[in-house]
Amino acid sequence: MAAFLELRNVSKSYGTGDKKVEVLKNINLTIEEGEFIAIVGFTGSGKTTLISLISGLIEPDEGEVLLKGKKITGPGPDRGVVFQNYSLLPWLSVQGNVELAVKQVFPKMSKIDRVNHSRKFIEMVNLTPALQKNPSQLSGGMRQRVSVARALAMDPEILLMDEPLSALDALTRGSLQIEIERIWNESKKTVMLITNDVDEGILLADRVIPLTPGPNATLGEEFKIGFSRPRDKAAINADSNFKKERNAIIKYLDEVGMHRSGSKGEAYALPDLQPIIKVNKLKRINR
Amino acid sequence: METKILNALKWSGLGFLEPLIKLIQGKEKDKNIRLVLRQIVVPVLSVFIFLGVCNFGASYLYNKERDIKIEKTRSVQGDAAAAQMAECIDSSDLSCKPNSLPSPADVKQGAISLWNDHKMISEKKSAFKEKTAAINKQRKEQGLKAITYTGRPSFVDQIITSLKTVFAGFLLAAFFAIPVGIVLGLSETLRSSINWIIQILKPVSPVVWLLLVSMVVKTVMANSDSDKAFIISFISVGFCSMWATLVNTTMGVSSVNPDYINVSKVLRLSVFSNIFKVILPASIPMIFTGLRITLSVAWMVLIAIELLAQSPGLGSFVWEEFQNGANDSNAKIIVAMFVIGFIGFMLDRVMMFIQKLISFEAK
Repeated sequence: MAAFLELRNVSKSYGTGDKKVEVLKNINLTIEEGEFIAIVGFTGSGKTTLISLISGLIEPDEGEVLLKGKKITGPGPDRGVVFQNYSLLPWLSVQGNVELAVKQVFPKMSKIDRVNHSRKFIEMVNLTPALQKNPSQLSGGMRQRVSVARALAMDPEILLMDEPLSALDALTRGSLQIEIERIWNESKKTVMLITNDVDEGILLADRVIPLTPGPNATLGEEFKIGFSRPRDKAAINADSNFKKERNAIIKYLDEVGMHRSGSKGEAYALPDLQPIIKVNKLKRINR
Repeated sequence: METKILNALKWSGLGFLEPLIKLIQGKEKDKNIRLVLRQIVVPVLSVFIFLGVCNFGASYLYNKERDIKIEKTRSVQGDAAAAQMAECIDSSDLSCKPNSLPSPADVKQGAISLWNDHKMISEKKSAFKEKTAAINKQRKEQGLKAITYTGRPSFVDQIITSLKTVFAGFLLAAFFAIPVGIVLGLSETLRSSINWIIQILKPVSPVVWLLLVSMVVKTVMANSDSDKAFIISFISVGFCSMWATLVNTTMGVSSVNPDYINVSKVLRLSVFSNIFKVILPASIPMIFTGLRITLSVAWMVLIAIELLAQSPGLGSFVWEEFQNGANDSNAKIIVAMFVIGFIGFMLDRVMMFIQKLISFEAK
């Protein structure tokens, strides 16, 4: 059987001529159905470009992205995206935002079914009390949960999360991480999480794949995370395997980061100059 | 209940009364006394200062005009006539009153006389209606047109006519500029191809628009007996004022937050729901800013256009009073000026209120 999601030699660059920047180079990735993958990388390494490629918002220069063996040509509701900055429509209520997506994906659904379907997913992210509220009345964490509910309500084949928690404070992030794992367990969706937090990747994912720093970013060697599910943050933190994995990933990222800055650094030849102040004058100054 | 009243005040643009109400209830005295001083007492004071300055200026101009008049009489008719003129002026006889900038008291007098005039005319009108009611009924049965009152319109009638013209022009502008603006905002090709024409037509003066519109309307409606002056003036008003809405709508639509566009793309919204569910709501604040400018420009331009097009309304009222040159004409012009200003202000407030109702930003 072919892989669920497959990226074959995908490259993407922005700009032309001298200003051309190769963001991603030769990305190869296969994801199996039901897997939870985390892509970890530095900021500016092209993580959002990678998500945009899979969601179909941009097209690769070379290579192809395959979902269930079919080439992706444009955005579609079979890939639910949770954007980094929530991207909720501020003129619609929580329910309105979710319903808009539901209506689009299931146009034949009756109004009552649509409402119930939306409520089910809002319930899943624990936002039922805020059904009729507008996004501006919600906190950052709540907004991100609405965004997750919207993506899930579309019943996508795969859930793409683009640094969903990076704009949140540490405490909210912790509780949402637990929630994301629970939702993943309940919905049994394939999830691809992009993050800059190594701990988050290890806590949530089956596989953590580092993205080397751009330009010419590519995927590094993967790290399989074998903790049993459901995972307990405290228990994992105390686990010696966690530290080992974490240090290995960070060490790897540091190495590729060092390699990049080392290769780029140029040695500047310093001019060989002598001061022209006369020696006796210098002595006077020193005195 | 209390918060409801305060909210209603805020929404109707009377938010400045809030500290006064709180003060009456005895809440946060020090803070609210300061707010009342700043938001109510000082503005009222400044109105009085303004009236005082007007009064001072008017009396200075009056005296100067008086001296000129006496001096003129002296040089033409001699000392005796000049003394008589001075006496006549000082006895406040209207026949020899110098014609200068009216004082606030004169303006008040003018307003009262306009109101009395209106009452008189509306009485005449209703009397006429009563008289012709029976005849009109007969004529209707015979399939003839009803006899209508053709007498002089009162000041209030003129205001109503002006408001009608401005609304017709405003609606024309909105119905033309918003759809075109959306289309231009969505298509960069169209935008750049029409941009030059828009940039050139935008600064054209209302007077030229009026002439242009009348050239077209004259030919198109040559055989029609409808009110051509009204049609010409409302179309010109629409053309002069629509640019703000057109440019703002285009800007608003073309600069919708890319995040919302991405959402729309990922959901694969159809063109129709993309426009109505995402692009329009996102650009409503910009569109309304444009509409508000359009309405105020329409009201401003209307006066000039009515004046030129001989269409009845406040503009022609001002012009007729100026030509009239009666001893209270100047005062009536100033009354009209304040009425125009006040109505313009109210129109803007109404638009602001509607914007608050519709826009997501206020919620």
